[in-house]
Amino acid sequence: MSDLLKFVEEDLLTARNLPEFGPGDTVNVHYKIKEGNKERIQQFQGTVMQIRNGGSTGETFTVRKVSSGVGVERIFPVMSPNIEKVEVLRKGKVRRARLFYLRGRKGKAARIKEKL
Amino acid sequence: MPGIIGRKLGMTSLYDESGKSIACTLVQAGPCVVTQVKNEETDGYRAVQLAYGERKEKNTPKALKGHFAKAKTSPKSKLVEFRDFRAEFEDKVQLGNTITTQDVFVEGDFLDAIGTSKGKGFQGVVKRHGFGGVGQSTHGQHNRLRAPGSIGACSFPSRVFKGLKMAGRTGGDRVKVLNLKVMKIYPEKNLVLVSGSIPGAKNSYVILEK
Repeated sequence: MSDLLKFVEEDLLTARNLPEFGPGDTVNVHYKIKEGNKERIQQFQGTVMQIRNGGSTGETFTVRKVSSGVGVERIFPVMSPNIEKVEVLRKGKVRRARLFYLRGRKGKAARIKEKL
Repeated sequence: MPGIIGRKLGMTSLYDESGKSIACTLVQAGPCVVTQVKNEETDGYRAVQLAYGERKEKNTPKALKGHFAKAKTSPKSKLVEFRDFRAEFEDKVQLGNTITTQDVFVEGDFLDAIGTSKGKGFQGVVKRHGFGGVGQSTHGQHNRLRAPGSIGACSFPSRVFKGLKMAGRTGGDRVKVLNLKVMKIYPEKNLVLVSGSIPGAKNSYVILEK
């Protein structure tokens, strides 16, 4: 990447205002949703499964939760203005960057140890 | 049309207020030097010639050296003529003047970008002209998947029409992309962030027109 492109990306990234979190952490994402001309905030709470394209303007993170027995995964762009805030509820202790193994697990087996 | 010469630097993305991701191209546009002002009396039409990019003295032909000396500037690598620079620029358009990005564009403007598309070599009709290829891959077909099909009728006209779309050299053409939006301008580094993609490789010349 050219220096000038880096300069511009760094400038764009100054708009980023999320706390630090990583794979295994439990987060609560407050996401703005527009319905007609009304705006409301939807919360999505779950485990961060992976972070993609870190450090760039296209960075995204995937959050997984199990909702009434069905696994739901949602991808959020980090730079999106629709993210109102992200609360980090719990730090998880994991040994890999992408926690796809959670998909095959249920209940007790899908637990993640807390990082103290 | 007023415009400016630049260099494509690469692509990045940003989000608009509604949360849409917009792919953007970064262009280093200008500063350009006015090297010639053409008018009706001497040239028969009105135009402005701009120059961009440094060029070594030793690689410049003598004739061009004289041309640049007239504008009292160092040799430049790219010269482009813009017809009908609007009246609002009249005072800025003087021989030897420097024209920068923010002279021509403000954030939110729409512009057209001209570049030379990447050369793709000898390509078949599917890539070159968007043909669909021939039929299926089963039912007895074995090597016709990306073929052009029939190229004409039989004993009349007993020839292939001129200009028929066939395989051949692809890319490397001058391509103009219309209605790109200026998302951001960095005047201190002469950078323009333009929505969408612009033809050409990185570091290739780009002309931005208003």
